[in-house]
Amino acid sequence: MSLLKEPDFGTPARPGEATVALNVDGVPVTVPPGTSVLRAAKHAGIDIPKLCATDSMEAFGSCRLCVVEIDGAKGTPASCTTPVSDGMVVRTQTEKVARLRRGVMELYISDHPLDCLTCSANGDCELQDMAGVTGLREVRYGSGVDAGANHLDAPTDSSNPYFDFDASKCIVCSRCVRACDEVQGTLALTIDGRGFDSKVAAGADVPFMDSDCVSCGACVQACPTATLQEKSVVELGMPTRSVITTCAYCGVGCSFKAELRGDELVRMVPYKDGGANEGHSCVKGRFAFGYATHPDRVLEPMIRDSIADEWRAVSWDEAIGFTARRLREIQAEHGPGSIGGITSSRCTNEEVYVVQKMVRAAFGNNNVDTCARVCHSPTGYGLKQTFGTSAGTQDFRSVAEADVIVVIGANPTDGHPVFASRMKRRLREGAALIVIDPRRIDLVRTPHIEAAHHLALAPGTNVAVVNALAHVVVTEGLADTEFVAGRCEGFEEWAAFIAGPEHSPEAVAEITGVSAEELRAAARLYAGARNGAIYYGLGVTEHSQGSTMVMGMANLAMATGNIGRDGVGVNPLRGQNNVQGSCDMGSFPHELPGYRHVSDESVRDIYSQLWGVPIGEEPGLRIPNMFDAALDGSFRALYVQGEDIAQSDPNSRHVHAALAAMDLVVVQDLFLNETAKFAHVLLPGTSFLEKDGTFTNAERRINRVRPVMAARTGKQEWQIVAEIAQAMGYPMHYDSAAQIMDEVALTTPTFAGVSFAHLDEVGSVQWPCNDAAPDGTPIMHVDGFTRGRGRFVQTTYVPTRERSTRRFPLILTTGRILSQYNVGAQTRRTANVAWHPEDVLDLHPHDAEVRGINEGDTVTLSSRVGETSLRAVITDRMPVGVCYTTFHHPVTGANVVTTENSDWATNCPEYKVTAVQVSLAVAPTTRAAAADQVPVAGA
Amino acid sequence: MPDPPHVRLVNDVAAQFQHRPPDEAAESIANHLRSFWDPRMRAALLAHVQAGGPGLDPLAVRAAGLLGTRTG
Ligand code: SF4
Ligand code: SF4
Ligand code: SF4
Ligand code: FES
Repeated sequence: MSLLKEPDFGTPARPGEATVALNVDGVPVTVPPGTSVLRAAKHAGIDIPKLCATDSMEAFGSCRLCVVEIDGAKGTPASCTTPVSDGMVVRTQTEKVARLRRGVMELYISDHPLDCLTCSANGDCELQDMAGVTGLREVRYGSGVDAGANHLDAPTDSSNPYFDFDASKCIVCSRCVRACDEVQGTLALTIDGRGFDSKVAAGADVPFMDSDCVSCGACVQACPTATLQEKSVVELGMPTRSVITTCAYCGVGCSFKAELRGDELVRMVPYKDGGANEGHSCVKGRFAFGYATHPDRVLEPMIRDSIADEWRAVSWDEAIGFTARRLREIQAEHGPGSIGGITSSRCTNEEVYVVQKMVRAAFGNNNVDTCARVCHSPTGYGLKQTFGTSAGTQDFRSVAEADVIVVIGANPTDGHPVFASRMKRRLREGAALIVIDPRRIDLVRTPHIEAAHHLALAPGTNVAVVNALAHVVVTEGLADTEFVAGRCEGFEEWAAFIAGPEHSPEAVAEITGVSAEELRAAARLYAGARNGAIYYGLGVTEHSQGSTMVMGMANLAMATGNIGRDGVGVNPLRGQNNVQGSCDMGSFPHELPGYRHVSDESVRDIYSQLWGVPIGEEPGLRIPNMFDAALDGSFRALYVQGEDIAQSDPNSRHVHAALAAMDLVVVQDLFLNETAKFAHVLLPGTSFLEKDGTFTNAERRINRVRPVMAARTGKQEWQIVAEIAQAMGYPMHYDSAAQIMDEVALTTPTFAGVSFAHLDEVGSVQWPCNDAAPDGTPIMHVDGFTRGRGRFVQTTYVPTRERSTRRFPLILTTGRILSQYNVGAQTRRTANVAWHPEDVLDLHPHDAEVRGINEGDTVTLSSRVGETSLRAVITDRMPVGVCYTTFHHPVTGANVVTTENSDWATNCPEYKVTAVQVSLAVAPTTRAAAADQVPVAGA
Repeated sequence: MPDPPHVRLVNDVAAQFQHRPPDEAAESIANHLRSFWDPRMRAALLAHVQAGGPGLDPLAVRAAGLLGTRTG
């Protein structure tokens, strides 16, 4: 398609029915109450000139370019700040307003460089457009350097790696400031000074990089001139065509316009019609796409007989033939169950579906698992047990209706930034916030937001806290008995259990470290809300009781009636872009697509008939089980799709030993990652810019991923998989990714109405999407739960086995930061490293002091399974006794220290609790030293 | 010597059901193992029990006893 320019209605839409009728230049139009005259005119097909207004933010009324005449009203009001009224008659093109507008433009242009022809925004500048629209022909005050006092020498701030701020072109319309305030919610920008001296300033007039700016790009998006401009546009020129696609980073699943010049990607611009993001973005999706063309990309297949050998580049045929032959040989020698595969939450639904099909139909077993095992598998278990299906209950929009927002074990401003912006907007409007997290995450206190309660619990005591909250609800008579009686089962028994004195806030205060009064107050606040909404992340799931905690939150939401409408719910914030989708597609070893257990014969029949092979009725191995089985010799070959298990999975030494023990490891990835060090076959994958398919975000929204460029490897990833299956003797062929989705729709009731054609028509849908809900389901469990009645489950608190000891007195918890993503394979290969060049260890000042550690010192971090070294950052964000790091960089290898402990129900690793010691390092331990101790097959 | 994986994992499951009546707990644990464990892990557990079952939670032993009784 050509370059897509979305219409700008000037001011935001107002909710409600269109009931106000007016007339603009003779055209009748009807709009909802509260709509601006500017917007109403646009609906009538009339563009009123404007500069300071744009529809992503409230009107400001500063430029006065949008003046109009209104019958019966005095003067010439600004149409952007004037609301419509019934019967209003508006004139937008009178002699008087034309003269006024020219006057405004004259003033702007007199203080603006006249280098349009060489300006990077040439053709995409609203100032330029307005000069044309208003018919500006002369500038009486002189222009450019001939004018009097001016700002033409104002400097350019190039400190941000992705965009420039060229102050000489600024018209001080304040759109950037308002975008940062209203859209992003960071409040990094201000207008300094008054009148002629006023100018845009980041923070206390410091370079952007030294300010609070998080590089979301909202101000760049909002700027009508070339003042705030992407560096890529300055370098490459204005793009000429757009492709609508979906960000491949986090589970928010933002829609973007990939804007190209010829075949070169110039920039990614957030798409206003994107259901998840509605025109907003974060630094990763907006700017960090350079990894797709990074020279480290592997573009040719490679094989080797032993991991001690050098890689050999081979043809696709040879690589696929080698893989298939070795897989069959290993099965012949060690049995059908000796091989398996891992799907990736970064790949499309279609790519994931074919991998689980290859495992089930060509490998002939259920040894398929997904990297969601190590993040959200407890969500799958817990929500299925209580509500009946493994998915968040709401759409993102729903947060705008929440009155009390509970954030548990999630750090949305870093992990899910675009959703966090929505949440912050609601919090600024007055919704109350409860944060349950050991760390003082940014959300606890940020401009215009302060949490009503921050329950800084001891890591590993989530279930004790959620039980105590429920205890207060039940014993203080705060339960929604009508909802419970009408919609749920097992309440009486559960209520008797939870009312037990051992669950009272007073009884658990000592283990949780949360005061009883604070906990009671938080419970009352949530239970008393008109709408209470729970949002949670990996701080809930990655625990020995991750699944129990998910059920505990579901209990709490049901007991208070906070399910089944706007503004409420239990919502997992998914880590990677397609965690939801990879789980939906049948990647778990016990479930076929659509979360249907392999023991269900009627479901197996669907697939065995279509695929022409029997489907195993027993669950297969989960990822940690695969490693254990590799070490006991019963599991010998693994196909890994787009996932760096050697870096991302816990207890790296154990993982490395397991990988080294296997006869065949096949890695399909963009880069030679850490896992590839143990691989015999490297099948080069495609970046999201090359993929054709769908991703499903955390709100169950199925978004299209469209190819922006041809596959740089010459093959789509689903083709590779199908060809391996073929070479193994199982016929598998698809003409297109769309055909794969058709098969999903044919076999999975919740996806019955999904097809590429339908998605292309409506943009996106949230599953279930079928005859009962052809347009999808934004909010689940509205009239009844998926399982019928919501089920209360008793959630006994069982302390983790991982305790601090004299040898390992601190508790380590792990997480991620805004600018980096997961193991960093992508973001480390972009300019985002400007924000996070290395992983660091956050430590409380007291814990640092007693160890003689100063800010920036290199420290050794050790647990009972391994050690690593990194630099210390001393911060009172951490409670005493708890330290924190990220796992974005392989040199630190934070997972060298995490242990084999896992969630009892799903084996999701307990990343969030590891007993450690921290000491001043004498010499840095390198990861290589740790890796050296791993037995290497064939070495 | 750390516990073998099947012992560690079944003990983790058993710990969650300590507060339930033992028969019900054993049935819940056995159901969990049937639904989520690869047969080779269940076999390893049964072999461990037959070999005297060192390190196993008593509820896990009871649950293992139910595993063999599965029909269909
Ligand atoms: S930088 Fe752009 S958006 Fe901000 S005030 Fe200047 S012209 Fe307006
Ligand atoms: S990039 Fe985002 S955070 Fe930074 S100043 Fe612009 S709007 Fe604010
Ligand atoms: S919030 Fe997530 S999906 Fe959206 S742009 Fe950022 S990383 Fe991409
Ligand atoms: S657009 Fe209305 S005053 Fe600027």
